Amino acid sequence: MDKLQLQKTANELRKHIVSSLHAAKCGHPGGSLSAADIMTYLYFQEMNIDPKNPGKEDRDRFVLSKGHIAPALYGALALRGYFPEEELLKLRKTGAMLQGHPDMKGTPGVDMSAGSLGQGISVAVGMALSGKMSDADYRVYTLLGDGEIQEGQVWEAAMFAGHRKLDNLVVIVDNNGLQIDGSVDDVCSPYPIADKFKAFNFHVITIDGHDFDAIDAAFNEARETKGMPTAIIAKTVKGKGVSFMENQASWHGAAPNDEQYAIAMADLEKVGEALCQK
Amino acid sequence: MSEVKKIATRESYGNALVEIGREHDDLVVLDADLAAATKTGIFKKEFPDRHIDCGIAECDMMGIAAGLSITGKVPFASSFAMFAAGRAFEQVRNSIGYPKLNVKIGATHAGISVGEDGATHQCNEDIALMRTIPNMVVINPSDDVEAKAAVRAAYEHKGPVYLRFGRLAVPVINDTPEYKFELGKGVTLKEGNDITIVATGLEVSFALEAAKLLEADGINARVINIHTIKPIDEDIIVKAAKETKKIFTVEEHSIIGGLGSAVCDVVCEKAPTPVYKIGMRDRFGESGPAVELLHKYKLDGQGIYEQIKEQM
Repeated sequence: MDKLQLQKTANELRKHIVSSLHAAKCGHPGGSLSAADIMTYLYFQEMNIDPKNPGKEDRDRFVLSKGHIAPALYGALALRGYFPEEELLKLRKTGAMLQGHPDMKGTPGVDMSAGSLGQGISVAVGMALSGKMSDADYRVYTLLGDGEIQEGQVWEAAMFAGHRKLDNLVVIVDNNGLQIDGSVDDVCSPYPIADKFKAFNFHVITIDGHDFDAIDAAFNEARETKGMPTAIIAKTVKGKGVSFMENQASWHGAAPNDEQYAIAMADLEKVGEALCQK
Repeated sequence: MSEVKKIATRESYGNALVEIGREHDDLVVLDADLAAATKTGIFKKEFPDRHIDCGIAECDMMGIAAGLSITGKVPFASSFAMFAAGRAFEQVRNSIGYPKLNVKIGATHAGISVGEDGATHQCNEDIALMRTIPNMVVINPSDDVEAKAAVRAAYEHKGPVYLRFGRLAVPVINDTPEYKFELGKGVTLKEGNDITIVATGLEVSFALEAAKLLEADGINARVINIHTIKPIDEDIIVKAAKETKKIFTVEEHSIIGGLGSAVCDVVCEKAPTPVYKIGMRDRFGESGPAVELLHKYKLDGQGIYEQIKEQM
């Protein structure tokens, strides 16, 4: 996919995020929107996956460690053809396939149930280790929040991944700077994030997480990096693409009402139209 | 009394892993810097490439085990019960139980028979914690024979299994030609129609001792070994509830949430009968030699006998 197509797809993903959360009347838009470009790149460019055969053995794996942004994962999976887009509007409803946090048992394309923060990265590390032990070629990706890395388990996992030189593992930190209680550096600063991963023997790349050229370069660099895992620190804007949600901690875990939904969709339509002019 | 062979079930765990590991390449073992104590070191010696030391990071170890199982391995994640079931409870629940992954947890050093290390390391709550997790099978074997069979049964079962082992060497009581381990099936070790003693783990041999002492007093006790606490053998418990006057449960665990509670769950619903729970009575343990502690807390043969007599 070229850059313009990726941008258009990411915008479609953002619409799905907003629509599904509006329908659910609850959920987490801020972090879903901040990670939408990374998620688009992973599912439309980076990963070796097959929606027709979600369980194929040599596929690349993705673990959404910051599981609360499930709408971003679900939107990407639906756009990629894992299941009908109609499912997105049943998000979080009783009996629905799409649970509030990813459920690998019920949703095609979900490689791991996750959402309790700090746990997904360990599972991704286990998958990467397993690949090394079996001489398998697949790669493993996991996405964490910058608030999530306050969890101690993240650093247990990072220590192990660095120690075992798991160069088939890419840890992405969605560094949107905000968590539920406010700014991450006010609540309990995780900074300097890059230095921390470096200290745990990671190759670290810091990028603008909304710039597809930078994203593309970072994932290629990760692929070329041997003998150590890679951490991509993606600087992002929480709520990216929806004017009134951008950089607002209050939009971490609240769904738009009808009026807000209309504004949000209008914002995204405008972005989509501009992309069509390119 | 002739010399009885004694083996700690943690030793049986290590030996069984080697045996099964020779037959199955997908079996891998994880530890958190306790390989010498959990006895996974025995496996490490023969299969160094399939033994993964995660360092002192039990929560991470459970996640790594989950990732290994998703990608086709059969991981046995090992630590002390305190850390496997206690510290890593939520990882076991959310990263293993909820997705029903094929992870086996080998928890050694359960109960007060840890001995001198004292209360911080004596886990009397693990059965309670583990049996509340949907999809989790909980096994607490009574001796070497049963422990080895349990490890094999855990390997063959598809889904998460919690295996509870002890530090203390315990008598081998199941080395009979007819012994057969069936997951979820209790074993009647002694017939009797006055009362029933339902025991698990190292308390099974003590329960047999207690039954012998009761016999001398003219009390005919049935003794049932419950090695699988979940799913529990309801039939054998209901039968005992109907055929004997009172049930005594015996475990090296808190009386809250363990075997005793599991038995009460069955009896309350299916055959209301008085149950008296013998175990740690809502308190922590302490330092001391294991045998002395078991005596002090009335969890040896004599202690069980006395507690039953008091309740008769």
